Amino acid sequence: MEWETVIGLEVHIQLSTQSKLFSGSSTAFGAEPNTQASPVDLAMPGTLPVANAEAFRYAVLFGLAVNAQINHRSVFERKNYFYPDLPKGYQTTQLAEPIVGAGEVHIQLADGSTKTVRIHHAHLEEDAGKSLHEDFHGMSGIDLNRAGTPLIEVVTEPDMRSAEEAVAMARHLHSIVTALNICDGDMSQGSMRFDVNISVRPKGEEKLGTRTETKNLNSFRFMEDAIKLEVERQIDVLESGGKIIQETRLYNGDTRTARAMRSKEESMDYRYFPCPDLLPVVFDDEYVEHLRQQMPELPEAKRQRFMDSYGLSAYDANALASDRGTAAYFEAVADDSGEPKLAANWITGDLAAQLNQTETAIDACPITPEQLAGLIKRLADGTISSKIAKQVFTAMWEGEGTADEVIEKRGLKQVSDTGALEKMVAEVIASSPQQVENYRNADEKKRPKMLGYFVGQVMKTSKGQANPQALNEILLKKLEE
Amino acid sequence: MHKLSLAELAKGLRDKSYSSVELTEHYLDRIKRLDGNYNSFITVTEERALEQARAADQALAAGNTSPLCGVPIAHKDIFCTAGVKTTCGSRMLDNFVPPYDATVVENLGRAGCVTLGKTNMDEFAMGSSNETSYFGLVKNPWDTNCVPGGSSGGSAAAVAAQLAPVATATDTGGSIRQPAALCGLTGLKPTYGRISRWGMIAFASSLDQAGTLARSAEDTALMLGAMASFDPKDSTSVDKDVPDYTAALPDKIAGLKIGIPKEYFGEGLNAGTEQRVKEAIAELEKLGATLVDISLPHTHLAVPTYYVIAPAECSANLSRFDGVRYGHRCDDPQDLLDMYCRSRGEGFGNEVKRRILVGTYALSAGYYDAYYRKAQQIRRLIKQDFMEAFKQVDVIAGPTAPSVAFPFGAKKDPVAMYMEDIYTIATNLAGLPGLSLPCGLVDDKPVGLQLIGGYFEEARLLNVAHQFQLATDHHRHTPANID
Repeated sequence: MEWETVIGLEVHIQLSTQSKLFSGSSTAFGAEPNTQASPVDLAMPGTLPVANAEAFRYAVLFGLAVNAQINHRSVFERKNYFYPDLPKGYQTTQLAEPIVGAGEVHIQLADGSTKTVRIHHAHLEEDAGKSLHEDFHGMSGIDLNRAGTPLIEVVTEPDMRSAEEAVAMARHLHSIVTALNICDGDMSQGSMRFDVNISVRPKGEEKLGTRTETKNLNSFRFMEDAIKLEVERQIDVLESGGKIIQETRLYNGDTRTARAMRSKEESMDYRYFPCPDLLPVVFDDEYVEHLRQQMPELPEAKRQRFMDSYGLSAYDANALASDRGTAAYFEAVADDSGEPKLAANWITGDLAAQLNQTETAIDACPITPEQLAGLIKRLADGTISSKIAKQVFTAMWEGEGTADEVIEKRGLKQVSDTGALEKMVAEVIASSPQQVENYRNADEKKRPKMLGYFVGQVMKTSKGQANPQALNEILLKKLEE
Repeated sequence: MHKLSLAELAKGLRDKSYSSVELTEHYLDRIKRLDGNYNSFITVTEERALEQARAADQALAAGNTSPLCGVPIAHKDIFCTAGVKTTCGSRMLDNFVPPYDATVVENLGRAGCVTLGKTNMDEFAMGSSNETSYFGLVKNPWDTNCVPGGSSGGSAAAVAAQLAPVATATDTGGSIRQPAALCGLTGLKPTYGRISRWGMIAFASSLDQAGTLARSAEDTALMLGAMASFDPKDSTSVDKDVPDYTAALPDKIAGLKIGIPKEYFGEGLNAGTEQRVKEAIAELEKLGATLVDISLPHTHLAVPTYYVIAPAECSANLSRFDGVRYGHRCDDPQDLLDMYCRSRGEGFGNEVKRRILVGTYALSAGYYDAYYRKAQQIRRLIKQDFMEAFKQVDVIAGPTAPSVAFPFGAKKDPVAMYMEDIYTIATNLAGLPGLSLPCGLVDDKPVGLQLIGGYFEEARLLNVAHQFQLATDHHRHTPANID
C-alpha cells in the first residue's frame, strides 16, 4: 500500500527580550546556575508576576509576519503540574485566548515550488528551569535561570506531507524570527525547539491516522531523522496489522532511536484556568498598526526581491534570503561588485562551505563583503581566473588583505599578454614533438580532448596564471600551423 | 497608654508626653505579660521594634509629620517581612524567612510605624475561628473559651486585648470583618486592588485583600491612608489616587441612603444579633440617613460560589510549597514523589488539604464547566446584584456574622464553619469594600454591623462608621478583664 505522511509542528521560540516574561531577571544564557533567578522566578511566597510588554510586542510582530489574526485581548492561564524545575507548580501560558490567531506562511520546497502551511495559533508562555541529573550523587540539581524566559509556542495545522516539508517549514520559521530579531535562533542553546506530530494514512484517505508526538527536537537534522524514523515505524506497525497508539515519544540524536514516553491514557490533566494574578492583555488597532509599520522585510518578500532585482534563481534567492546575516552580506557584495550572480555563487558556494567547516557565523566572517566584492570584480574583468580566485579567496580568509593586495603580492595576475603566451606555447610545442605529431594526425573529434595536454603544460609553466581563453586561441592557431 | 487611639498616640508622641521607645516598651511588656492568655502573636520582634522606635524618635525630633511615625503596630503573619520569619500559620513555612518586605509592610515602615511582631492566623488564612493555625488556637479576649474569629484572629485578639493599638489583616471571604465583629473592633476590607498584594502570601488571588483591625473608624482611616498605594509589582493593583481618608470623617450623614438587604435578615441569623444590628440601623436613621429596603437576590449562592473559586485558586497558589526551594521538606525522601507527598502531607493541616482537594476537583477535566465556569458566571450575577442596589442607595448595611463568638470546637462540620461568612463573602466576590463596626453586645459578647460601599468608596464607609461612633460608645467597650 502507498502511505501518506501527515505532519504538524509545535514550535517553541525563545524570545530575546532583555528580561523574563513575568520578572525583571535577565534572560542571558550561560550564567552560573540560579544567579538569574529573582524571588518571583523562585516562586517565593507572596511574589506576583508582572507581564513584560516587550514580549507582547514580539508576539504581535510574529503574528504579523505569519499573516495571522492578532487578538486584541488575550488571557494568561495556569497549567498545573508538579515538577522540580517548575517553581510555581504551574506554567503561566495561554490556551483559550492566545495572542496570535490563525495565519499562514508560504514555504519554498527543494524543487522550487512553494507550499502554504497554515498556523493554527501562537501563544505566549514562560519557560521552565532545568533539572540537572548528573554530578549530584544520586540527587538532582535545579537551575532556575531559564525559568520564566518568554516563549512563543507556534502550533501549525497538519499541512506537511514529508520530513523535508516539515524541515522546510521549521527553517522558514527560523528565518522569520531571526529576521524579526525576536529570537537569536541559536538551536544549540535551545532557542528553538520542535515537537512533531506525525501520522500516516493510506494515500487517498481523508481521515487522519492516529498521531504520535515526538518532543523536544533541537536541530533540523534531528528533526528530519526523527520524522523518517517515526514514519517508518508507523508504516511497519500498520503493515504488520498493528495499531498506532497515541503517545508522546522521545528521540535520541546520539543513538538515532526513539522510545515511547507516555500514552494518552497516562496524559495529565493540567487543570487550566485563567491566572487571577494577571489581567487580560489588551491593546488597540493603533498599537498593531504602529508595529506593522516597524516590520522589517521578511524572508518571503526578500526572496522575491532577490529574484526580481538581482535575477537570481528561486533556489539561490531562498538560500540567501532565509538568513538575515547572509542576506545582508549578499546584498553588500552584489551591490559593490555589480555581479549579483557571481556574488550568489561565491556566497552559497565557497564562502558557505568555509563558514560551515570552521563553524563561523556570517557576522564573524573574516572576509568582509567589500573584500569579496573586490575578488569578484577581478574575476569579472579577467584579471584572475576562477582557479586563481579560489587561491585568492583562501588568502583573504587567512587575513592577507584585499583581493588586489593578494594578487599583487603573490603575483597572481592572469597572463593575457599574447607575446608571453605565444612564447610559452612555442616552448611546449618544441618540447613535445610526439604529441604534436599525434594531434595533427588525429581526426577533428578527438582533437579537443588532446588539446588538454598542451593547456596543462602551459598552465604548469605559467603557474596557472595563463588566461585560459587566450591560451586556447593561441594553441589552436599554433597547432594548426 | 494602651487605652489611647492612634490619633491620641500620635499627638502624645509629638507632644513628647512619651517617646516611641517608651510606647513600644509598654506594648512589648503587655505582650510579654498577657499574650500567654490569648496566643495572638506567633513572633514578637522585640529588638527590631526597639530599633525602629529609636529611629522613629529621631525622625520625630527631626520634625517628621507622618501621623503614624513611632506608633507600634502588629502585622498578620501572612505579610512577608524581610529577615523575620513569616509562617502564614503553617508548619509548611515554620522555617521561612523572606528576603523582602510586603508592600504593606514597606508602606507602613515608611510611615514610621514600629512592628511589634507577627500575629497568629488560620493556616494560609483558611478558617473562620483561628482553630486551624499550626501555632495553636487564639483565644477571644472577651471570653477565652471562645474563638476570636478568623482568619485574622491573632490580629483581632491582639488589638482587642490592647497588645497593639492596631494590626494589619487580610480578608478573602470575611477574614477581617468577622473577627472584627467577634472581637468588638472596627475592621475594613478595602476595594480589591486598593492595597497591593505584593508580599502577601496568596490564598485566593482574585479575592484576597489587605486591610486593618482597629478600635475606631478614625484609626482605620489613618492606617488606610498609609497602606494604600498603586504598586507596579502587583498587576491587579489599581492606579488611583489615595485620598486623605480622615478628611470626610466629620461630614454629616443626613440624606444618606442606606440599603437594607432582606436576604441578610433571614434564616440563620441569631435573634440577639439581629436585634443589635437593627438598633444600629435605627441609630443611623436617627442621624439623618434614609433606609431603603433592597434585595440582593443571589446572596444564597455566595457561599457555594466562593467555595469553588477560592479552593480552585488556592489549589494552584499552594502548589509552590513542594519542599524543593524553601519551606518544610520531609526527612530522607526516597524519591521525588515521596518528597512531594510527605513534605506536603506533613506541612499542611487538614483544612488546607481539604480546600486543595476541593479546588483540584473543581478544575478537573469534566468538572470545570459544572463548577469553576458556573461559579464564575454566578460571581458576575452577584456583582450585578450590588451594581443594581447601588443605583438606589449609597451604602448597604446588615450583620457582619450570623452570631457572636462561639466556643472552641463548636463548629466541627466544615460547612457550618463556612456559613460564618455568609454575609461577608459576596463582598469579596464583587471586589467591593466592606467594614464591620461594633454595635453592642449579646451575652456580653460583641456584635458587628457591616457596611458595604461602592468601588473605592472607603471614605464614605469610614465617614458613616465615624458618625455612628461619635453618636454611640459601642466601640469603646472593651473586654471586662482588660486593665
